[in-house]
Amino acid sequence: MQKKNIQGEFLLKGGEIVDPYNDSIEKKDILIEKGRIKKIGKDIKEDGEIKIIDVKGLKISPGFVDLHTHLREPGQEDAETIASGARAALAGGFTRICCMPNTTPSISTQESVQFIINKARNLDVKVMPIASITKDRKGEQLTEFAELAKTGAVAFSDDGNPVESAQMMRNALEYSKIVDMPILNHSEDQDLKNDGLINEGSVSTSTGLPGNPAMAEEIMIYRDLRIAEFTGARLHIPHVTTKGSVELIRKAKEKGVKVTAEVTPHHITLTDEYMRSFNTLGKVAPPLRSEDDKEALIEGLKDGTIDAIATDHAPHTYNKKETSLDLAANGMIGLESALGLVLTQLLHKEEMPLMEVIKKLTIKPADIINKKLPCFQKGEKAEFTIFSPDEWWVFNKKSIYSRSSNTPFIGRELNGRVKKVVIGSKVIEI
Amino acid sequence: MSLSIDNLYGLEGVPKADIDQILDTAFSFREVLERPVKKVPTLKGTTVVNLFFEPSTRTKNSFALAEKRLSADTVNFSAASSSLKKGESLKDTIQNLFAMKMDVVVMRHPTPGSVKMLGDFVDAVIINAGDGTHEHPTQALLDMMSIKEKFGKLEDLNITIVGDIKHSRVALSNIYGLKTMGANVMLCAPPTFLPAEVDSLGVEVTYDINEALEFADAVNVLRIQNERQGKGLIPSLREYRQTFGITRDRLEKLKKPITIMHPGPMNRQVEIDSEIADGENAIILDQVLNGVAIRMAVLFLLSGN
Repeated sequence: MQKKNIQGEFLLKGGEIVDPYNDSIEKKDILIEKGRIKKIGKDIKEDGEIKIIDVKGLKISPGFVDLHTHLREPGQEDAETIASGARAALAGGFTRICCMPNTTPSISTQESVQFIINKARNLDVKVMPIASITKDRKGEQLTEFAELAKTGAVAFSDDGNPVESAQMMRNALEYSKIVDMPILNHSEDQDLKNDGLINEGSVSTSTGLPGNPAMAEEIMIYRDLRIAEFTGARLHIPHVTTKGSVELIRKAKEKGVKVTAEVTPHHITLTDEYMRSFNTLGKVAPPLRSEDDKEALIEGLKDGTIDAIATDHAPHTYNKKETSLDLAANGMIGLESALGLVLTQLLHKEEMPLMEVIKKLTIKPADIINKKLPCFQKGEKAEFTIFSPDEWWVFNKKSIYSRSSNTPFIGRELNGRVKKVVIGSKVIEI
Repeated sequence: MSLSIDNLYGLEGVPKADIDQILDTAFSFREVLERPVKKVPTLKGTTVVNLFFEPSTRTKNSFALAEKRLSADTVNFSAASSSLKKGESLKDTIQNLFAMKMDVVVMRHPTPGSVKMLGDFVDAVIINAGDGTHEHPTQALLDMMSIKEKFGKLEDLNITIVGDIKHSRVALSNIYGLKTMGANVMLCAPPTFLPAEVDSLGVEVTYDINEALEFADAVNVLRIQNERQGKGLIPSLREYRQTFGITRDRLEKLKKPITIMHPGPMNRQVEIDSEIADGENAIILDQVLNGVAIRMAVLFLLSGN
């Protein structure tokens, strides 16, 4: 990764702009001055003084937004820091990331929200904290939504843990209306999950690994959808993994429930078949599911049931993974490989329109947290991700900027690659 | 001749030729065990570590004896896996041991896949002595040896497995092994003791013990752990015995006598009546002796001698 801060004007020449606000993909050049768009149009004439950045054959989209990143600071800085996570985000084309509150201490107070904001202040990537729903994610007492929102929290979640009490979930959703921000609940009924380590099905049966049934997720999602309907509050469902969950969300949307949902790149790429290897790198929560579930997630993305793609980037030092499956930590890193996986699966394999895929990485997640991204207009801030939708490359250790490298995708061939990120007057070569 | 496998993680995917060879070799070691001097110098100079992360009496003793009979040098390491939770990782524990140069490791661990993981960490021959609810290949091999001893073959025999299939490594290894050898397998258990999509294992399933026994040439009876009734998986041990127990009354009604097996330890009067376990059709003690022979065969064939 190489970062250049360009003093004068510079011209992004020869690229195609994927503009999700206008549903258009057009070949246009962009002239940038002092970090803002000065001019945008076809074949902008080159002046001898201007630095030209050749982006021929590449696509330019708004910077990606990740709704679901674990940054591990404070508490587990050996696995990831805010700064290292932000570098990983840049490498993946993400210019804005939402960090989850399951740190130590958790992001439950104004001070802890402020801590994140201060730490991220001088980074290129914008880090937006998601505060916890309940104090220390214990499920006992609501955090101060209004005060936390004022400090900079963009949503609320006890991610890693579900809000187990239905009454607490009702209170959270109902109270969240004063801030008009989404509540994200990690949906896994702990009782039904039992000691499950992988998806319950033929793979759990033939490996003897304890199964975590799809219904553990679906029952809690159903509960939350009903509460959201009843209260009229905004529910966002993170990392949806099952066919049944997609159906529940689809029906709720038809009924007008204020619900949005995300899936991860890994759940639309891998299935529980991976766990026949017993490789702890495939241990994630919720678990990798069946082929049927994977297809339903992709269908949900296509028909709009699933609004966004979010990485659930979950760094862990390798010793947390080099142990038996029951003790191994849940999660995999995801920022750096996200676009490659998503384009391989959705654009190339499933032939989903590029515009639809890019929306799910940009304006859709931004909408969920009430943000508007800079658009392709004169005067707007320059904040773009420049990528090749077709380049084949091998994801390897050098592709990783996270402090951790817990991913099953090392060595995988991906079709589509982030090439550059532009933030203000900075051009970052990936 | 040598085996196509380098390690014995489980019986899933192990070819018939390998199983045949292990069984044949075990039968010849059985003869050694009948001699006055029950020891051969086959594994002299080979170091075997018995790595047990879970309490075990029978399997551990059986392996220990097999190793002694083959004149191997042995090291025993036992640790509750809970001590790993305190900080030392599985990898550290294992690498520390292997820094001392071991040739073969026999490992038991409460978590499925842990034994296979060991293979990624160390350069040694690995034998699974039971990994949680996954596999227990030497148990299934000794079960198959005992069946073969009794019937002279495995192919086309009907074998019923009764009990807590879902939480049993013995059942899974038996299913894989018996299927490979051409036997037909029927499972009989309460639905709460059966894993999801059990049909995917290529077996027949029934809740009716009489049907299962009628089907069988031999029945392998699994231990019912007392703690299962507390978790609500079965209402009571009494109901289990009444509904699934291998009782004299049930066996007397059958058209032909069937062979009775049990991997031990038995919960007498729960899954099996004493008079059946000790009766003329039971081969439970043969299984124990065959266990030593099977483990000798596996150690011998895998350590490349």
